[in-house]
Amino acid sequence: MPSFRGVDYLNIDLMLSEEELLVRQTARQFVDEEVAPVIKDCFNEGRFPSQLIRKMGELGFLGANLTGYGCAELSNVEYGLVMQEIERGDSGLRSFASVQGALVMYPIHTFGTDAQKEKWLPRLQSGDAVGCFGLTEPGFGSNPGGMTTTAKQDGAGWVLNGEKTWITNGTAADVAVVWARTDEGIRGFLVEKGMAGYTTSDIHGKLSMRASVTSSLMFSDCRIPGENVLPGAKGLKAALMCLSQARYGIGWGVVGAAMDCYEAARQYTIERKQFDNKPIASHQLVQAKLAWMVSEITKAQLLAMQCGRLKDMGKLEAAHISMLKGNNTAMALDVARTARDLLGANGITDDYPMMRHMANLESVKTYEGTDHIHTLVIGERVTGIPAYK
Amino acid sequence: MKILVAVKQVASRDSALKPAADGRWIDESDLTYEINEPDAYALESGLQLKEQHGGEVVVVAAGPARVSSSIREALAKGADRAIHIEQDGLDAWDSLSLARLLAAAARSESPDVVLTGLQSDDAGRGETGVMMAELLGMAHATIAMKIDVEGGVLKVKRELEGGWFQDLNLPMPALLAVQSGINKLRYATLMGIKKARTKEVKVMTAADLGVEAAPLAILERLALPVKKKQGEMIEGTPKEQAARLIEKLRFEARAI
Repeated sequence: MPSFRGVDYLNIDLMLSEEELLVRQTARQFVDEEVAPVIKDCFNEGRFPSQLIRKMGELGFLGANLTGYGCAELSNVEYGLVMQEIERGDSGLRSFASVQGALVMYPIHTFGTDAQKEKWLPRLQSGDAVGCFGLTEPGFGSNPGGMTTTAKQDGAGWVLNGEKTWITNGTAADVAVVWARTDEGIRGFLVEKGMAGYTTSDIHGKLSMRASVTSSLMFSDCRIPGENVLPGAKGLKAALMCLSQARYGIGWGVVGAAMDCYEAARQYTIERKQFDNKPIASHQLVQAKLAWMVSEITKAQLLAMQCGRLKDMGKLEAAHISMLKGNNTAMALDVARTARDLLGANGITDDYPMMRHMANLESVKTYEGTDHIHTLVIGERVTGIPAYK
Repeated sequence: MKILVAVKQVASRDSALKPAADGRWIDESDLTYEINEPDAYALESGLQLKEQHGGEVVVVAAGPARVSSSIREALAKGADRAIHIEQDGLDAWDSLSLARLLAAAARSESPDVVLTGLQSDDAGRGETGVMMAELLGMAHATIAMKIDVEGGVLKVKRELEGGWFQDLNLPMPALLAVQSGINKLRYATLMGIKKARTKEVKVMTAADLGVEAAPLAILERLALPVKKKQGEMIEGTPKEQAARLIEKLRFEARAI
């Protein structure tokens, strides 16, 4: 399989340092060599490529922008480039890395005790342990503040009751970061696999994110020790801080999925001949679609780059991330559809990546903040008026 | 054991190449670069020797400022430090003049083993390593497939023609020109990339090495083959013409 050469219409690579390019090269090579050969079968069979977890840990992809505990200590632009390459492989694999790094390692790193960090971060970094993040409930998605899962203090420990759903990595996880309502408001807890009263089950019948594990978590008088509460994770704000980390990575990741679709369509239209044995790329309507796709990808790259530089300066705000995640995901989905159009019937088969990316991106569009919610975040930012209710 | 690996930076595989305006080398304006593939295998061999026998891997690379990206990659993969001989225009130099630069840098390190790729993916002359060995007064072997060290002796398996191999014992120091594909190349891990930042890269000029920065021979012009369209009239009766045409289509054009 030929290696991916990237999409760089505007010489954006000139904005990247030698080190940033080298980071991307490692992620790109990993996707070409380890992900591309297996991902079609994984998606078709509804199977997560769990054999890649330790390799991703070894290469430094898990919790890559965190410091210490064996983490790679990447800048946020470098982290974004890694997410971009992984999602060029598949959104499911990127989701795994996002959850592990941004939704499990980040809260333990930010809100945890030293003992919690020592216990979990090195194992999560290496891929010896897997984590998941339990916020969404059957009745509370866009409005997590309404959650009904409760945690009641009982002696030194806590007792959890409730249900979480749409949880990436749920059944595979050794540790779950779970958010529950307490007498003092919402707090974060570490629930470990095998704890009494904690059960998990997978959600079946997904036509999207098929190479990813998606589960429900059930807590029935689940008793956890006092040392498993995340002391700094108080209030919904703490959970939203985690989501901001993950959404930032998504904003980069989806650009990779779009690049894969665009590049497959570009090559196809140059090779595919119709009408007097001419490549279909010689037709103006086809060129219009290619030009539109590469323009949108380029704008999305610049948006991601600016957000990355702002994040490295400590100046990236949640409202910026909403624009990044909302715009780039919508762009990627439109590019996947447009790229599929150009392949005609061939585009609907699994010989090409468009349908897989397109189906995945339908999930990405509404998870981690729906397109509606991100639009309302931007709307509130420019008017000063919240319009969520 | 001190292992020195000579690495060349070349245009990435599958690059669209065209001659530069001055005709001396290829147009570099839109190119990306990578470590010459056989040199990547030489580096991997060096890193494995270090893992088995201890010691140090020093990378030496010659070329313009951009070569630093390949040096950084080698350091990220695990080389301990590097020497960058900064010199423009080397692609138009003859092999011996380049070998003099590399040999001077190697001599200053007194390595036990020098590893190079068998040849470069661009010029493909396959002689720079051998010339280095001669200049350094070292034993050498080319097309190395397998490298072991036993009792201070290098045991090397060489690839010959026709599926034959040759086993050699070489005294150290020695230079080996390594064949592509003899081991599995490691990734530059993200942790390795960050660590590379702290490793020493000594930038030297030809003058620092006491070598004159002037080649013995220089590549004057590089050009694409000129495509010629040539028609040929076939004489004779229609029957003779047809027979002649079939012969030409079959044996010259190999079209039928």
